[in-house]
Amino acid sequence: MQDTLNLFVMNIGQWLSANLGTLNNPDQIIVEIARWLRTEFGNWGVVGFILANLMATVPLIAVFSGCFALTTWLERKGLGRIQNRYGPNRVGPYGLFQPMADGIKMLLKEDIVPERADKIGHFLAPVIIMIPAMTGLVFLPIGRNIIAASIDSALLFFFAIGSIVSLSVFMAGWASHNKFSLVGGMRAIAQLVSYEMPLILSAVVVVMFVGSMNTSVIVEAQQIKSWVTSDAPALQCLGQVLGWHVFQPWGLMGFLLLFVSALAEANRSPFDLPEADSEIIAGHLTEYSGFKYALFFLAEYVNTFAIIGICTTLFLGGWNGPNIRPPWSDDPQALLIPGFVWFFLKIFVLMGIMIWIRGTLPRLRIDQLMGFAWKFLLPLAIINLLVAGCFYHMEWYFGWPFSILILCKSYAIVVRLNKSKLVNSNRTYTYA
Amino acid sequence: MNTSTGYAPRNYKIVKHKDKTLLEVAMGPHHPSTHGVFRMDVKLDGETIIDLIPYFGYLHRNHEKLAEDMTYFSTMPYTDRLDYLCSMTNNWAYALTVEKLANISVPERAEYIRVIIGELTRLVNHMLLVGFYINDLGAIGTPLLYALREREKILDLFEWASGARMMCNYLRFGGIREDVSDEWLASCNKLVDAFPYFLDEYDQLLTGNEIVISRSQGVGVLSKELAINAGITGPMLRASGVNYDLRKTDSYSIYDRFNFRVPLGQFGDCYDRFMLRLLEMRESITILKQALRDIPKGEIQSKVPPVLKPKPGEAYGRIESPKGELGFYLVSDGSVNPYRYRVRPPSLINLTLLRDLCIGHKLADTIIIFGSIDIVLGEVDR
Amino acid sequence: MNGQGILKGMLVTAKNFFGSYVSRERLTTVSYPEGGNTIKEQSRNIPFLVFDGEDPVAGMRCTACQKCEKACPPQCIFIEKDKDERGKALQRPKVFDIDASVCMGCQICVEVCPFESIWMDSNFELSTFNRFEGLQFNREKLLKSNTYFHKIHPQQAQASDDRLAEKERKRLEREAARRAEKSASEPQV
Repeated sequence: MQDTLNLFVMNIGQWLSANLGTLNNPDQIIVEIARWLRTEFGNWGVVGFILANLMATVPLIAVFSGCFALTTWLERKGLGRIQNRYGPNRVGPYGLFQPMADGIKMLLKEDIVPERADKIGHFLAPVIIMIPAMTGLVFLPIGRNIIAASIDSALLFFFAIGSIVSLSVFMAGWASHNKFSLVGGMRAIAQLVSYEMPLILSAVVVVMFVGSMNTSVIVEAQQIKSWVTSDAPALQCLGQVLGWHVFQPWGLMGFLLLFVSALAEANRSPFDLPEADSEIIAGHLTEYSGFKYALFFLAEYVNTFAIIGICTTLFLGGWNGPNIRPPWSDDPQALLIPGFVWFFLKIFVLMGIMIWIRGTLPRLRIDQLMGFAWKFLLPLAIINLLVAGCFYHMEWYFGWPFSILILCKSYAIVVRLNKSKLVNSNRTYTYA
Repeated sequence: MNTSTGYAPRNYKIVKHKDKTLLEVAMGPHHPSTHGVFRMDVKLDGETIIDLIPYFGYLHRNHEKLAEDMTYFSTMPYTDRLDYLCSMTNNWAYALTVEKLANISVPERAEYIRVIIGELTRLVNHMLLVGFYINDLGAIGTPLLYALREREKILDLFEWASGARMMCNYLRFGGIREDVSDEWLASCNKLVDAFPYFLDEYDQLLTGNEIVISRSQGVGVLSKELAINAGITGPMLRASGVNYDLRKTDSYSIYDRFNFRVPLGQFGDCYDRFMLRLLEMRESITILKQALRDIPKGEIQSKVPPVLKPKPGEAYGRIESPKGELGFYLVSDGSVNPYRYRVRPPSLINLTLLRDLCIGHKLADTIIIFGSIDIVLGEVDR
Repeated sequence: MNGQGILKGMLVTAKNFFGSYVSRERLTTVSYPEGGNTIKEQSRNIPFLVFDGEDPVAGMRCTACQKCEKACPPQCIFIEKDKDERGKALQRPKVFDIDASVCMGCQICVEVCPFESIWMDSNFELSTFNRFEGLQFNREKLLKSNTYFHKIHPQQAQASDDRLAEKERKRLEREAARRAEKSASEPQV
């Protein structure tokens, strides 16, 4: 053991002198360290195997839990400012330690289980909900070569795993032995069934274009290769921005559809029906308290992160951003700013938009929600799929006007078809 | 099962259910959206309301009997607690009734101040209603907090005039308790001038919002006939298209001196009820502007004996409170206490139609129909 | 119905979001307790008894006439008259209790008081750890000096002082008139 440790320390020295000295690839430092650690752990037998696997997962859990804490603070602060309040400002500077205080409070609270609840289900629901939520993060390419599991069917796996969340929500609703919980659980299932379709269909467009379901490949595909490898820094910058799928007509449409479906999938306002607080108290969360409640909350936010992470990966270029090659570097792939900076920036921007929407919009009704999914998002997603297919086979000067025209027209038609006769947005009022 | 299909939405057919297959949910008495302690036992088929039984009385405080054992004057602070959002108009209705009973006249300036305060109360109430209504629709309190922000400014004025923000206890028989200063009137003027901007912002935020429109149009439609038959009053009645505003028809106090219009709804659904409040606020502002322009100097309190002993007789005084017709009925037997004291609460009477409005709608609609009726449980249960 | 309404609404909230950083008109929240005193002069919360001079008991204005006790709608005032050693009733209360948990701050006691003795305090920080004794305000706790009254309600206190001075002046006048009458009638005897 002593020898192994000595060797380990010696190896660190060697590795540092070999790699850090040149700083050829500044965005790859973490990757290099991880790769080296993994080879190091390879010599350690079973312990090494466990450590190598933990190394892939623990940072994910730690980082996204940290993001969760930050987001709760951001959300409360943002909502506060939207509503002309201060938001939390008592614990720590600008109330930054509020999530910690909340966490401690949650841990210390009594865990109440209703007398007639299904005890096992009631206990398992918050545990199970963590699994798909956390698993979804595995497929996110956070930076160049920074991904926990780069598998070829990542996207498929992601959507398959993601739908388990609603199962657990329904489990919570059923096991709580509370009618409000039950209604919430039923709503969650209905919502899942409706929103999985447009969600996947709008994501499929990208798969069609890139020809791979591997998220790393999808992100790589969103660069204009010739520009990125050129020598002009401006071209390098633009090459990593203009290649995003969102800057193409089908991509914009797909992004909007995916984002709206993501709102529903993550139970965010205005689709937060399963926990509609003004109607069914807190839905499936009604009978949960203490740490179980906190787990639900954590899972919900991590799930949100996973879904907007996928949005970012598919349409917003993942870790691509206005980035240049470091002047001293000779590696054509090298980046000055690590990719995960852009990735988390995009995630927080999307999160901010979600908070903004939450602060503005009222909630839809359950039948309108389903109608919205089936009659509005689904047709548009299918049309988008067709348009993307045509776009792929057309020259750009023909494909652009064609797809813009078709998408705008179909949007207008779908809106008109969805218009209820009972509803009139320009009512006039008479005065006596 | 006795269901009144006439008011269900057109596309919904009520099927005969065996009661056992329905999900019965007791919404309340502790429910975030019942605005107090109110219970609705709903029977659900999926999410659709098949039956709804309202239960109230959780907040019963024996208000009427209590008032019969007290002097006329001592009841005044208790009327604050009826509709605790609009204590000023409650005071006004009670004072009006006693003045009718005991033949007390009110000085000019006091009448003007009453009108100003009453219309400010209407602003407070309607603002809160609209805020809470959108809150019931599911917005995380943003419109509500905007409303509360503006309401604070009015409550500051109330505190300045009467000493209290909500339980004002400001009106007296034959006048008001304390005169308002010129600075008060100036800041009131300032508030009234700034208020339309807030309403514009509100309009921009809500009236065109697709979700608000699709959630509330065609929901909880109240027909003209039913509204009249059920004795509905206030904005809820006018949303159904009935032109009945006590400020016009009764022109109590000095309302005949002001030039204002009464907005009328066409369909009587939740959206009309919501819009009508927004429109009424604008009319209130025109009244306030005229009142603040014309207010004379002078006495604020006419001579009233310290212990009031009205001649035997009866009186019914009513005003257009923000929620509807608020009436007080008093019978005097010549002693210091009223022999009979009765409140006609607009909240309670408007609430009686809840079942008819809700049946056939979704669970979420119940909440917004309930919210659009505009009740305060303090007044419903008394 | 194609999304403009939602976008317009989102613009409004964005305006408020940024507005809350620049405009006091929007961000009306006052932090408690560091936000300072925002109580209006007219604010009323719970009654207190005014005394003149330094000694609370000697300078007490209250004469235990029990008018407020009778007028109080929730009947939260309890008054017992003070007696001297021989059992003769004195013009001041021995017990003057207000149950703060019952009092609703309606100010009716102030209006009926003929001696300018009971007034409304604007102090709202009344929470205690004991709801029985802590909210039972006795005479010692209720008695506050005229200076304090002047501090919290300057206008009301001044008006009250003026009325008292006027009363005192009239009383002196009456006494002087009586004395003059007496002295005028004496020599004739």
